[in-house]
Amino acid sequence: MNVMGLMNYWAFIFLMMVGFYILISQGNLVKKIVGLNVFQTSVFILYISMGKIRGGTAPILTEGDPIYSNPLPHVLILTAIVVGVATTALGLSLVVRIHEAYGTVEEDDIHDLDLAVAGGEDQSFPVSGMDARA
Amino acid sequence: MTAHLPVLQVIIPLLAAPLCALARRGRIAWGIALATSWTTFWIAIQLLARVRSEGPISYALGGWAAPVGIEYRIDLLSAFVLVIVTGIGAVVTPYALKSVEREIEAAKIPLFYAAFVLCLTGLLGITVTGDVFNVFVFLEISSLSAYALIGLGQDRRALTAAFQYLIMGSIGATFIVIGIGMMYVMTGSLNMADLSVLLAELGPNRTIVVAFGFLTVGISLKLALFPLHLWLPNAYTYAPSTVTAFIAATATKVAVYMLLRFFFTIFGVVFSFDVMQLDRVLLPLALIAIVTMSLVAIFQTNVKRMLAYSSVAQIGYMILGISLASVTGLTGGILHLFNHALIKGSLFMAMGCVMYRVGSVEIDAMRGLGKKMPWTMAAFVAGGLSLIGVPLTVGFISKWYLILGALERGWWPVAALILAASLMAVVYIWRVVEVAYFQEGPGEDSSIVEAPLALLIPTWVLVFANFYFGIDATFTTEVAGAAARSLMGLVP
Amino acid sequence: MSPALTLGVAVVLPIVGALIILALGKWPNARDAAGIITAGVLFALVLRLVEPIRAGLRPEYPVLEVLPGVSLSLKLEPLGLVFALVASFLWIVTALYSVGYMRGHHEKNQTRFFAFFALAISGAMGVAFAGNLFTLFAFYEAITLCTFPLVTHHGTPEAKRAGRVYLGILLSTSIGFQLLAIIWTWQLAGTLDFRDGGILAGTASNGVLSVLLILFVFGAGKAAVMPFHRWLPAAMVAPTPVSALLHAVAVVKVGVFTILKVSVYVFGVDLLGTLASTMWLAWVAATTIILGSLVAFTKDNLKARLAYSTISQLSYIVLGALLANEMGIIGGGMHIAMHAFGKITLFFAAGAVLVCAHEKDISRMHGLGRTMPITFGAFFVGALSIIGVPPAGGAWSKWFLGMGTLEAGQVGLLVVLMVSSLLSLVYLLEVPVRAFFSAPPEDAHRGDGIHEAPWPVLVAMVITAVATLALFLYPGPLYELMNMVVN
Repeated sequence: MNVMGLMNYWAFIFLMMVGFYILISQGNLVKKIVGLNVFQTSVFILYISMGKIRGGTAPILTEGDPIYSNPLPHVLILTAIVVGVATTALGLSLVVRIHEAYGTVEEDDIHDLDLAVAGGEDQSFPVSGMDARA
Repeated sequence: MTAHLPVLQVIIPLLAAPLCALARRGRIAWGIALATSWTTFWIAIQLLARVRSEGPISYALGGWAAPVGIEYRIDLLSAFVLVIVTGIGAVVTPYALKSVEREIEAAKIPLFYAAFVLCLTGLLGITVTGDVFNVFVFLEISSLSAYALIGLGQDRRALTAAFQYLIMGSIGATFIVIGIGMMYVMTGSLNMADLSVLLAELGPNRTIVVAFGFLTVGISLKLALFPLHLWLPNAYTYAPSTVTAFIAATATKVAVYMLLRFFFTIFGVVFSFDVMQLDRVLLPLALIAIVTMSLVAIFQTNVKRMLAYSSVAQIGYMILGISLASVTGLTGGILHLFNHALIKGSLFMAMGCVMYRVGSVEIDAMRGLGKKMPWTMAAFVAGGLSLIGVPLTVGFISKWYLILGALERGWWPVAALILAASLMAVVYIWRVVEVAYFQEGPGEDSSIVEAPLALLIPTWVLVFANFYFGIDATFTTEVAGAAARSLMGLVP
Repeated sequence: MSPALTLGVAVVLPIVGALIILALGKWPNARDAAGIITAGVLFALVLRLVEPIRAGLRPEYPVLEVLPGVSLSLKLEPLGLVFALVASFLWIVTALYSVGYMRGHHEKNQTRFFAFFALAISGAMGVAFAGNLFTLFAFYEAITLCTFPLVTHHGTPEAKRAGRVYLGILLSTSIGFQLLAIIWTWQLAGTLDFRDGGILAGTASNGVLSVLLILFVFGAGKAAVMPFHRWLPAAMVAPTPVSALLHAVAVVKVGVFTILKVSVYVFGVDLLGTLASTMWLAWVAATTIILGSLVAFTKDNLKARLAYSTISQLSYIVLGALLANEMGIIGGGMHIAMHAFGKITLFFAAGAVLVCAHEKDISRMHGLGRTMPITFGAFFVGALSIIGVPPAGGAWSKWFLGMGTLEAGQVGLLVVLMVSSLLSLVYLLEVPVRAFFSAPPEDAHRGDGIHEAPWPVLVAMVITAVATLALFLYPGPLYELMNMVVN
């Protein structure tokens, strides 16, 4: 159990922290999505690493009796990747809509715009093409 | 056929979703959604009846036996939650027709119902499954569709609210996957029943402790436990009325269900509360949520936002019941799951009626509505009384058990705080009542009349349920009590 | 109809009445007739329950089980019957009075007014016949909510403010203290039923039960024990019939009735006498008696003065309960009836003055007695009863209360009762004295329009005044019922 032997897990922690940091520190919505992706990818590495058995091969039935890596985590992570893609797609499409509505994708600017509509609480701002009382 | 009910509960809405999306016209999509929601409600009732008479149901997906295959497992708790979720769905869908036509572009309506039914699928999936990774998958199905639904709100702030929810929700979900992965590393199993046995054999262990931590934070994010609730107020405020009513009444409830599943069924009471001392974390947070969020609710000018903060406080009640870690407290928590769904469902639906006619849910917009929309406002008042916890409403029943639970443990101040927060609910509900009944509306706007029956009837069905289950609570208390006993590891 | 069923019908009947009133909203005469008839039928029903009580029956009517072990149930017992008789009889009179008053005063939304009025009476019946603490609490809260629209009837900013105080104090005391006390009782005793001799004896230490008693006494905010009395003067913005029946009889009596009932059937008189907090609370009540009278002095507005007088008189009953002996309980129970008849007469008279002479302030009532002799005559009789001198009924209840203080060995409390009676002598009799013996003020812009009140108002007033006198001459039945409570 040396430090290098746990390389994958260190990578997992490093990526997780990087992704998390981007999520928190970046005000740009697109960059946030990037951060989210890095964050989720770190989990993929965690799962894939845990399925690997030293000297194991791909789980395909062959002659002899080789050691197989555990395929289950891979399958699980396939699902997780799909989920990640869907999340990214949805997130980016929301960013596009936000850009249409606000003309910016910077969190601070959006915040200012919301505030600038002073007393804005009592008015609603219909998104493009939609009348509030249609 | 009846043997396959557990899977049909999920498959039917899952298949209905693409059908809705393919439908060209909104009304057809609505018809599909309506048929789906009523069918799932019927199935849920059947399942509850079967679980009550025959005990837990186990269903091996695709015939692969657990722990290798995915198991759907329905016990009393999950059957109860299924009834809550599908019941709210069955009431909200008829309500959606008019409300959605008013608030959402015609072209998007079929897609709206597709997302709506998908959200239902996810919530039901979390509840029926007995496999932890499956929980994650269904969680993402429900969450992704919920983000999309919230983003459909009329106000542009709905978009940022949905985005914020997406970020926080995804972090929560990812934490949950990490926790699940760590449990898998240690035990090699994903089946809940199997896990609980293996974890008990394994005993406390650093990886498991870390997994426990990740799961706690992840689930808390999903159920909007203070201080991880930041996504909730905006999401509830700017989402379309139907979505708010549906999500407020179901999504956080299912998250609470997840919490119960993970901490009671999988980790077990002993590990969660004696070893990890979860109650020491949950109890203070719950109390802070109850008091501060009720206080914040008082100062809101947007009624939907006010109710959203109130929801965070009410989630505090549920968590409080759980953190009492006794049968009475847990019964109170589970009861409040059901009761709060009825309360908030009816309140948000009443606000949807206001939105439909007035186009705003700012408190100023309520002026004079007591006269112009008497039935809508009466529904709001009735729901509000239930929220306050007036006797013979459901709110009273949950408070009864929670206070009893606190007194049993000898926790005086907790009981006092619960009551104090009820009084704060009086204040914020009555602010709306005063404006609606004592202030004259601005001019004579003849377009503001009573909401159409298509909205009023579903709203009043829920209001009626508020009183029915408050007057005769023997059924709900019996089910919740039995579920609590089995969670605590006692023979039901 | 069996006595048990009668209990249920008595609670439901006013609700049916409210629905009929709503349905007949377009025809004021039919609507008001329906109100009076409902009240009459209700009184007849309650009267039928006297025989079973005398025969020693205690019928129960279990409605349904709400929670396992906690049910809505009605039960007949003498104390509740006294309260129900008083409330239902006075409802007839008030219904008659309201017709004259509301029309004479040209009030708006009369249908809503009468409907909520009937609902409040239903709540009062429910409290009177409650078979356990939960039922009592449920109806207690129902009354609070049904009377809110009555208090804020005028919809003015002033009414709104008063409504806030009203709801704020009543709900916070009942939810904050009473509900807590009820759940705690359930946890200690495992039952909420009212039983002879109480249910709490031996369940917890003296200290815990003392705290519980404090919670119950202050939790019954409707009893207006200081410092939770502010809602009662605030509620005086309501139309006079509301002040008369609800805020002198039904609502406030629900508060003191709760305390009496809890004392007798939850704690039990024996246990009550041993608790550390009992005497302390008795002195709180005594303080309220004196302070209420003193504040009444300073009020020039007639209704406000009567409100503080009510606060003071209510604490007589609370005090009677806390004396924890037979005489105290009998005196307290009788005072529920005696004070009700006396105070309602006073309010009726105050309302009549408002309608006919448009005067609210005592200092402007000089000489009104000459044009409105019957009104002020009735006021005089009512005042006698509140003061507690013959030939008015109040003399009896004060007599028993006085006996109770002596039996408890608290001469100090007797002095308090005496002083308060003297105070009320001054602040109440000032009104008829001014009206009859002073000349009208010179500047009075009173036209010749002032005349005696409309006939329904007069009839109502005379009935209650005569009843007050009758209760002095024939207190027997009342005493008999109260005697059953303690023995």
